[in-house]
Amino acid sequence: MSLDFSTGDPRFAVDRPALIARLSVVLPADALLTVEEDLRPYECDGLTAYRCLPSLVALPENEAQVRAILRICHELRVPVVPRGTATGLSGGATPHPDAVVVSMARLKKILRVDPFSRTAVVQPGVRNLAVSEAAAPYGLYYAPDPSSQIACTIGGNVAENSGGVHCLKYGLTVHNVLRVRGLTIDGESVEFGSAALDAAGYDLLALINGSEGLLTLLTEVTVRLTPKPPLAQVVIASFADVRRAGEAVARIIAAGIIPAGLEMMDKKAIHAVEPYVKAGYNLDAEAILLCESDGTPEEVAEEIVRVVEVLDNSGASEIRVSQSEVERLRFWAGRKAAFPAVGRVTPDYLCMDGTIPRKRLADMLEAIEALSRKYALRCANVFHAGDGNLHPLIMYDANQAGELERAVAFGAEILELSVRFGGTITGEHGVGLEKIDLMAEQFASGEIAAFHRLKAAFDEDGLLNPGKGVPTLARCREYTLARAGTAPVTFVAPKS
Amino acid sequence: MIDTLETLTENWADRVAETADRGGTLAIRGGGSKAFYGGPELGEPFDVRANRGIVAYEPTELVVTARAGTLLNDLQAALAEQGQFLPFEPPHFSDLATVGGMLATALSGPRRQAVGAVRDFVLGVKVLTGTGEILSFGGQVMKNVAGYDVSRLMAGSLGTLGLILEVSLKVLPLPAAEKSLRLTMDESGALDRLNRWAGQPLPISASAWHDGVLTLRLSGAVAAVAAAQRTLPGDALADDEATVFWSSIREQTHAFFAGDAPLWRLSLPSAAAPQALGATLIEWGGAQRWWRGGDAQAIRAAGAVVGGHATLFRATDAMKAEYGVFQPLSGPLLRIHRKLKHAFDPRGVFNPGRLYPDF
Ligand SMILES: Cc1cc2nc3c(=O)[nH]c(=O)nc-3n(C[C@H](O)[C@H](O)[C@H](O)COP(=O)(O)OP(=O)(O)OC[C@H]3O[C@@H](n4cnc5c(N)ncnc54)[C@H](O)[C@@H]3O)c2cc1C
Repeated sequence: MSLDFSTGDPRFAVDRPALIARLSVVLPADALLTVEEDLRPYECDGLTAYRCLPSLVALPENEAQVRAILRICHELRVPVVPRGTATGLSGGATPHPDAVVVSMARLKKILRVDPFSRTAVVQPGVRNLAVSEAAAPYGLYYAPDPSSQIACTIGGNVAENSGGVHCLKYGLTVHNVLRVRGLTIDGESVEFGSAALDAAGYDLLALINGSEGLLTLLTEVTVRLTPKPPLAQVVIASFADVRRAGEAVARIIAAGIIPAGLEMMDKKAIHAVEPYVKAGYNLDAEAILLCESDGTPEEVAEEIVRVVEVLDNSGASEIRVSQSEVERLRFWAGRKAAFPAVGRVTPDYLCMDGTIPRKRLADMLEAIEALSRKYALRCANVFHAGDGNLHPLIMYDANQAGELERAVAFGAEILELSVRFGGTITGEHGVGLEKIDLMAEQFASGEIAAFHRLKAAFDEDGLLNPGKGVPTLARCREYTLARAGTAPVTFVAPKS
Repeated sequence: MIDTLETLTENWADRVAETADRGGTLAIRGGGSKAFYGGPELGEPFDVRANRGIVAYEPTELVVTARAGTLLNDLQAALAEQGQFLPFEPPHFSDLATVGGMLATALSGPRRQAVGAVRDFVLGVKVLTGTGEILSFGGQVMKNVAGYDVSRLMAGSLGTLGLILEVSLKVLPLPAAEKSLRLTMDESGALDRLNRWAGQPLPISASAWHDGVLTLRLSGAVAAVAAAQRTLPGDALADDEATVFWSSIREQTHAFFAGDAPLWRLSLPSAAAPQALGATLIEWGGAQRWWRGGDAQAIRAAGAVVGGHATLFRATDAMKAEYGVFQPLSGPLLRIHRKLKHAFDPRGVFNPGRLYPDF
């Protein structure tokens, strides 16, 4: 079964042969995929539960080709789904059944690395880690480091405003991008931000970050590079109960410390990771915290002493400080591999992404524990605790009848609770297809309508990534009625 | 009589709708401290200071939510009591400065080079749109990508997209230590050094070059500041002297800013070569350059050529009308601006012409 774009979502009448004929003129033969076996690999992103075969896939190699594709699609009213390397976890790059998927993965040139001005100009298909690698000879790096950084693209990072384990101190993508060049759906060039620290007019650069491919296609990005700190050390603290671990997070912040990273994993996550990575985590702990300090050796020494003291006073049962770079990387390896590690112990999992005020971390963990019993599904928790961003990993087996539906309902309850705790349904993975219904949980119809007007300011005909990010008002009403108990809840239909 | 702030803002919503209905316009005004900035104030004056007060502040969450009419001084005092601050060091330009004006103008102070601008610390807003709707965007948490980032869009919109009612900001702990250093150096030498130092892990939190003198400020952990002071050249300033100096840069009370000559703000790539177009004061490691006087057209062109832009920061109304305050937008960007304006204020009630004469 293919993905069912629900009632109220736009469908488009596309004359496929005519479209292929037009696109073949502007693209080399190997840059247009039309047959099912070639299209199949593009049917989903990292959220594999949602799949839909695209109508066509285009693989442009330069901006001129991207522009030509957009002009044709705009003229023929064909929707376009931008795609990086599809590591997204909310279905942002999942095809729309009528759409041309435009993969930006071949635009992968690093155009310039300028150590003097600490900037790099890159094409959108450049992988996140490749930027840091190119900057490394100059003692610089690109700070946002999503755990998917080996694979994900800068274009995808900007589209999702991705974070990473170090964003508490170094900021999200939006804080590290200076300028974006893009094309509107009618193929017109636009530039947001500038080579300076700001630009004239509205802060459209901020608006483009996190816009999930709904406003423009990004074709070039200027990022800020950061000097590599001379030293980093990480402290691992084990806790015998999750509440204490949660409180320790608040206490570190209260002590005036902004660690370079502050991550938390619960027992299920630790037990999934340890056999896989052998990071040296304490298997008896109910939760561990990873707290990183970076800077000059003097600075790190000073901060580590303070961190250890706070953790000690917070009732940590064991505290270890990395004694070498090798050990520090090993301690992080477990955290960075948490998703794949959980993937080894369950056939399928859903990764949630709510953010809550830090002080509710323990409440949330307890609530998730209760929900885990209610839905009879296991859940491992990996949190960017420093910024209150949660990644509960709900484990299920798609081959067991009803498990996926239960997992989806479990996830929805976590996100509703995130909103009730004063937080949000998504901290860094985006709304995409996955959380589109839950937008009604966080926003009233006035805000949703404003989002649609904003979208129309860039893309009047709604051709860019339709059906993602912002629900139609009709869909919000359906959802709200369903939650009020007057109609059944139906989420976007996952794969059969 | 207005008994609660909620009724107050509801009354405001009615007033906005009523003004729109009769084709009127409103000039939003807080403390008037930045009334000089941008295009002229056109429309019925709308004083928004009654909507004031801190709504929520939890130091361990590093988040504060304040109503837009709150005095910036009051907000900063509340943060200072908890050892925290607004890292972007906003200029006041008067004791009457409000939080709403801070966000609407999005002006940041000397620390911007190290920590980011106003927009980097905005987490959420509540706004009254031009149709009289009260809408909330963003929230009170550090990471939030649900919906478009309308909150940051409000930063620098000069009230043209809506009346800001409330804002949530990320705050940070005050640095444990600060030290300022001074050395003599010519302009190109200063630009060269500033860019080189910025590529090293040094805790430089502010910089100002003027008339052959470069002043640096170091902020951070005690050990980090001490170590940097050993590495960097220059003589240390006494702490009170340093405070007075950075305040004079931030508040533009420094002698450079005195007098009636037009004041230009150039936002340039930090590494842009020295531009000999008038008397200069350089901040933000080279990324913000202030010029007095000079040929307006040449200044605009000079900004654009290196990938930056120029703002006619302080000038007579006549000069602003002639040259425009802000760098002109490209055709496609101007179209997007007009449509965004239409999306939030379709009948053009708020601050017409304050950002661009076109809307
Ligand atoms: C194991 C794993 C770990 C992860 N860890 C993190 C993490 O720590 N932090 C985090 O924030 N995310 C994380 N993610 C999520 C994901 O990696 C990020 O969202 C990433 O930014 C997506 O990049 P991508 O190139 O794969 O984009 P895609 O998934 O291909 O696309 C994502 C969205 O961006 C749009 N898009 C892509 N390119 C463009 C373009 N050039 N122009 C316009 N729109 C475009 C797409 O339409 C889509 O809406 C993780 C994912 C995995 C699988």
